[in-house]
Amino acid sequence: MSEREVLELLRENARYSTADIARMTDLEEDEVAAAIDNLEAAGVVRGYQAVIDWDELEEERVRAEVELNVRLDRETGYDDIAERLARFPEVTALRLVSGDYDFDMEVEGDSIREVSQFISEKVAPVPEITQTVTHYVMTSYKENGIEFGDGEEDDRLSYTP
Amino acid sequence: MPFDLSDRVQTVPPSGIRRFFEIAEERDDVISLGVGEPDFATPWAARDAAIASLEAGKTSYTANRGKRELRERIADYVADGFGLDYDPADEIIVTAGASEAVDLAFRALVDPGDTVAIAQPSYISYEPGVIFAGGEVLSVPTSKADEFTLTVEALEAAGADEADLLVLCYPNNPTGAVMSKAELEPVAEFAREHDLTVLSDEIYAELTYNGSHTSIATLEGMRERTIVFNGFSKAHAMTGLRLGYALGPAKAINAMNKIHQYTMLSAPTTAQHAAIEALDSCDEEVREMVAQYDRRRQFVLSRFREIGLDVFEAKGAFYCFPEVPDGWTAEEFAEGVLREEGVAVVPGDVFGAGGEGHLRVSYATGLNDLREALDRIETFVEEHV
Repeated sequence: MSEREVLELLRENARYSTADIARMTDLEEDEVAAAIDNLEAAGVVRGYQAVIDWDELEEERVRAEVELNVRLDRETGYDDIAERLARFPEVTALRLVSGDYDFDMEVEGDSIREVSQFISEKVAPVPEITQTVTHYVMTSYKENGIEFGDGEEDDRLSYTP
Repeated sequence: MPFDLSDRVQTVPPSGIRRFFEIAEERDDVISLGVGEPDFATPWAARDAAIASLEAGKTSYTANRGKRELRERIADYVADGFGLDYDPADEIIVTAGASEAVDLAFRALVDPGDTVAIAQPSYISYEPGVIFAGGEVLSVPTSKADEFTLTVEALEAAGADEADLLVLCYPNNPTGAVMSKAELEPVAEFAREHDLTVLSDEIYAELTYNGSHTSIATLEGMRERTIVFNGFSKAHAMTGLRLGYALGPAKAINAMNKIHQYTMLSAPTTAQHAAIEALDSCDEEVREMVAQYDRRRQFVLSRFREIGLDVFEAKGAFYCFPEVPDGWTAEEFAEGVLREEGVAVVPGDVFGAGGEGHLRVSYATGLNDLREALDRIETFVEEHV
């Protein structure tokens, strides 16, 4: 149960210190550290990353959502195809989904050319892949539960009863 | 002479926090822990319902007591949440904030010369409300020794047996104290024994941590002598929408409605639409806000203990109530920490008897600001104590 609580807090802000997590819960600092170790060892927590609004940076960052359709055969299952695709560093997310296509793949690169080349040269030629549909991300409004707007300003009075 | 102000208005002193407000205005880096309202915005579904109601042109008055649909939702909500049983037809009134409901109750029940006992420290509007209604205030101080719960000893010591009404607010603003069923029982017995009408402000009911809220109206023989106040400001983060309600026997609610229909007519219509949606679909958001407050509560209490200020385990609302160090008054400390460190807290004496020597610290503020504010308070204590 305490691991669940720690997990929720890390999900809210992975940069909370173990001391702050301990203060926010009934746990001691070393219990928090142990819970985090357990979550990492069990493979529940796979990593920690910043949520970046690329539009706020000068440099270009191109991201695309790619729909993939595949054809399976006796020797090749979804997992086999996924494993092969996931090894490419350009692929930032890969999910098997229900609906009109099979895989939902997120790709990142420094330019449209780079991303396009990656898809046409590395992804499309995979024999099991029958179709790719690439959607370039134009603007991101929300990532990982964090809204990218200007936020709602705190206009409360400094003292209220 | 023009504007010969009424004695009632002149009797009430200006707000004790006005001066602090002006000091705070001089700095632009103030972190405020002096705020008595949520930092969260109203859940989006409720805001969206308000917008939709405006788009549909639903901007007329409602029934005096509030939209029937809303009163029915409120009846279900308080039944599920707190075991309170009220008839939407004539035992519930929807008001412009719980504050209006409290004022209506005073005006409906208080005659000149009547005595209203108020458990203090408490929300600053009760005392003026009683005075505006022509009544006499009897302060019933609670103390840190009792974790700011109201005891029969305190009621007896203050002479509350002679009072006509008793006002209590649990979970409490400003202390964060809550009262369990066991702690409420003797107070209820005292009220029955001395025939007191009880006004129970339960606006923070949902913000009860480590357990659930007990309404005094659910205790034996109390429903018929209690008016319960709640609203959407705190748990549903709707302060500016101004929507509250009172629950009580028809005799009391009808009398309050008589004043309300002539002075307010009906509570804000747009807010009523938001409130219906808030009760219909925002439980999850409320739970999440409560979870956030609870984490901040534990964080702030831990930090005060580390800093070395004595603080009791506040279990409700979004306040804690640490003691100032020896040799300081609450006002000196609050002014010092504001001027030197830019942290706004409210001196406890603003909230009446029993509050002196304490600070009301609101944790209705994001964790990053809380962390910074507590670090600044720590610096202030290290430099001066």
